[in-house]
Amino acid sequence: MSVDAVSQRSEAGAFWRGARLSIPVIVASGPFAMLFGAIAVDNGFSVFEATLMSAAVFGGASQMVGIELFGHHVAPWLIVLSIFAVNFRHVLYSAAVGRHLAHWPLAQQAAAYFLLTDPQYAFAESAGQKGKVSFVWYMGAALAVYVPWVLLTAAGALFGKLIPDTKALGVDFLLPIYFLGLVMDFRKRPLWLPIVAVSAVASILAYKLVGSPWHVSLGALAGVALAVILPPHHSGVGVAETDIEKLP
Amino acid sequence: MSATFWIIIAGAVATYLTRVGGHLVISRFERIHPRVEAGLNAVPAAVLTTLVAPAMLDAGPAEWAAIVVAGLVALRGGLLSMFLAGAVVLSVARQFMA
Repeated sequence: MSVDAVSQRSEAGAFWRGARLSIPVIVASGPFAMLFGAIAVDNGFSVFEATLMSAAVFGGASQMVGIELFGHHVAPWLIVLSIFAVNFRHVLYSAAVGRHLAHWPLAQQAAAYFLLTDPQYAFAESAGQKGKVSFVWYMGAALAVYVPWVLLTAAGALFGKLIPDTKALGVDFLLPIYFLGLVMDFRKRPLWLPIVAVSAVASILAYKLVGSPWHVSLGALAGVALAVILPPHHSGVGVAETDIEKLP
Repeated sequence: MSATFWIIIAGAVATYLTRVGGHLVISRFERIHPRVEAGLNAVPAAVLTTLVAPAMLDAGPAEWAAIVVAGLVALRGGLLSMFLAGAVVLSVARQFMA
């Protein structure tokens, strides 16, 4: 077998390893894609416009907020600002994950940032901890969610009236369960529990006092601030790997 | 093109700016201060927690049971098994508690 064939086979392997990671994401987000398509058409979008929004924005919560405001005939700049606010947490993802993508060609990085969703960030961050993040693997995980997201939006827009009662099936609470799983994935990190506790309390307070979507950014900033304020050795930064292992 | 089309495109541009913006700012610094690095390491736990905690407020016993079971399964099993365990508990509990 030639070297090329071997590397092609391992690239395909990396793609599908990434795609496999995303199976729960497809299950959890798929119903929302259909729901978004149905609501979008209900609020005056065409099937094309609903599908275009899923393809171009690719951010479930922000799309729901956008379509809700559109239905209320809110000023266009306010709709765009709201989408920006709901997606603002990605600024933190992007700042953190850049360390693991910086060795890729620029065009690959540009494509990767377009697909940087919550689970995608968690996968990349987790993989970057263990070694180099491969572009093919990253795209496997990302496209496995992106393609169904766009197609199911179109399906929801076309057949929206046929969607059964999603509440009885528990669809509305699948995403919080899934996000808890992502939080648990990072439990071996230094300061994990204090950060989770501070972010949880801060986001609940902000949710009550300021309102959605700002509770996400405010709660996250509180958790990040804790790690910044504490002396860096608590976070395992500036300490050699072997020293961390010796810590109790 | 319709106004709706341009709202969608502007929303997509705003979203892309959030996804690339953090990296563009951070990459301007040659060395990352240990405290900034500590903050970046805190990002996954901090942000993802905010997507779970407030949802617990509006939830009921069925949702709480699902979250607790999923959290316990996550201590031992992988992401897929914790997710399925939570989903099963949720749909069963909703049948009885709704």
